[in-house]
Amino acid sequence: MEHIPKYLLSTVIAMLLCFSSYSTIAIASDGPDEVEIDSLAQLYEPVYFDHAMHEEVTDSDCAVCHHHTLGTQIDDENCMRCHAESGETDEISCQECHSSNRFKAEYLNKIDADNTLYHRDKVGLKAAYHIRCMNCHEEMGVANGCQDCHSRTDAGNKFFHAGNYAPPESDKPAGGGH
Amino acid sequence: MKTMNRRKFLKGSLLGGAAASVINKSKNADASASFGGYPDAMGVLVDLTRCVGCRSCEAACNKEQGLPAPAQSFDDLSVLDHERRTSEGAYTVVNRYEIPGQDHPLFRKIQCNHCNEPACLTSCFVNAYTKTPEGAVIYDPTVCVGCRTCMVACPFYIPAYSYSSVLNPVIKKCIFCYDTRLKFGRPPACVESCPREALTFGKRKDLIKTGNQRIKNHPDLYEDHIYGENEVGGTSWMYLSSAPFDQVGFDTDLGTQPILSYVKEFLTVVPMVLTIWPALFAGFHLLATRKDKQKKEEKSEI
Repeated sequence: MEHIPKYLLSTVIAMLLCFSSYSTIAIASDGPDEVEIDSLAQLYEPVYFDHAMHEEVTDSDCAVCHHHTLGTQIDDENCMRCHAESGETDEISCQECHSSNRFKAEYLNKIDADNTLYHRDKVGLKAAYHIRCMNCHEEMGVANGCQDCHSRTDAGNKFFHAGNYAPPESDKPAGGGH
Repeated sequence: MKTMNRRKFLKGSLLGGAAASVINKSKNADASASFGGYPDAMGVLVDLTRCVGCRSCEAACNKEQGLPAPAQSFDDLSVLDHERRTSEGAYTVVNRYEIPGQDHPLFRKIQCNHCNEPACLTSCFVNAYTKTPEGAVIYDPTVCVGCRTCMVACPFYIPAYSYSSVLNPVIKKCIFCYDTRLKFGRPPACVESCPREALTFGKRKDLIKTGNQRIKNHPDLYEDHIYGENEVGGTSWMYLSSAPFDQVGFDTDLGTQPILSYVKEFLTVVPMVLTIWPALFAGFHLLATRKDKQKKEEKSEI
């Protein structure tokens, strides 16, 4: 194993170090049926994303999640200024554009040095998932809690002081002194 | 530049006394207003529209800082029923605010805002506090005598006190993960743990641009204000909100002057009072009593 400080491993970002391969790529329509998202596998179990079902939910409007990258019509006029004619891109997976190292010095410096870059405030991979998934789930009124999508691992329970690591019951009110 | 001005000012008031301090008043106020923090200081932009109150940041802080186990699990959202403050066991806490007219509550994470010109630092008489060029306001607990003046000075009520320690109670607060992360160019643990990037880490000056751009792109969503851009002289941690800031627990009456500027005039007179006054009044006393003494001596000669 390469040298990674212990505290790095133990923090949540470590969960983000790799984005999963497509586990079961069975081409039904144009996309995969199911995508295993295991980037949070440190504190959470992988998410099995039912791609086919979400295609149905969105009426196969790929742009809902994939923006302009599939060359489909997009609604946002601001995006249209550049991407109306930009066509399909080579890479369409989330991780190709949304960095898993969003706040690493190298990434921040790269943005800093590039005066021509428009997408300076592009969220990282983890936030791209959570903002897209959760905002939609909220709109649709479907399950939206953390463990509705991914159950916690033992390391996750330890991190949150939950499950086997939950503090003993106490009568103390929430909050505490200053 | 700031120290130069302050030194000049100190010298001036020492030599010129009270009159000089009055003349220098306006000049000095300008100097503090233009400081604006270290140019490459890092910061965090907290976007309340993204926070869902999951408390991951609290759990991450607990782990990173080696804080004591919490009274309740970090996934127990019932703690949000009461407004909480930072404490010796929790350097950051999330609170929930119901917004009149909005069907969703907003959540606000609080921690040390890491002021450009920190009031805690100014108030500390043992100089335990340091504002680092990276933007963090850190403190040396081995120097802290536990006087709690900084708790009174902080406009955000952040520094907490280790009341549980009998022998050596000291101040406890968020240090921007300076020792383990910030000084190596890495974001604090809370930022990395946030699933929705409600916390954006970057250079403070870039974050102000980012904040303004978000407001510009979504004028209907955001209040047209970045809290902390100018409050009390600017802070490294800043906030965007979709509700008026006073409805999400912010003090909107703090003004844009660093707390330092309210006490600087007084503090600079203190050395003058301590050095010039004793000599001056001792001189008056000697002059006034000189003749009495001479008379006494003359009498005794007779």
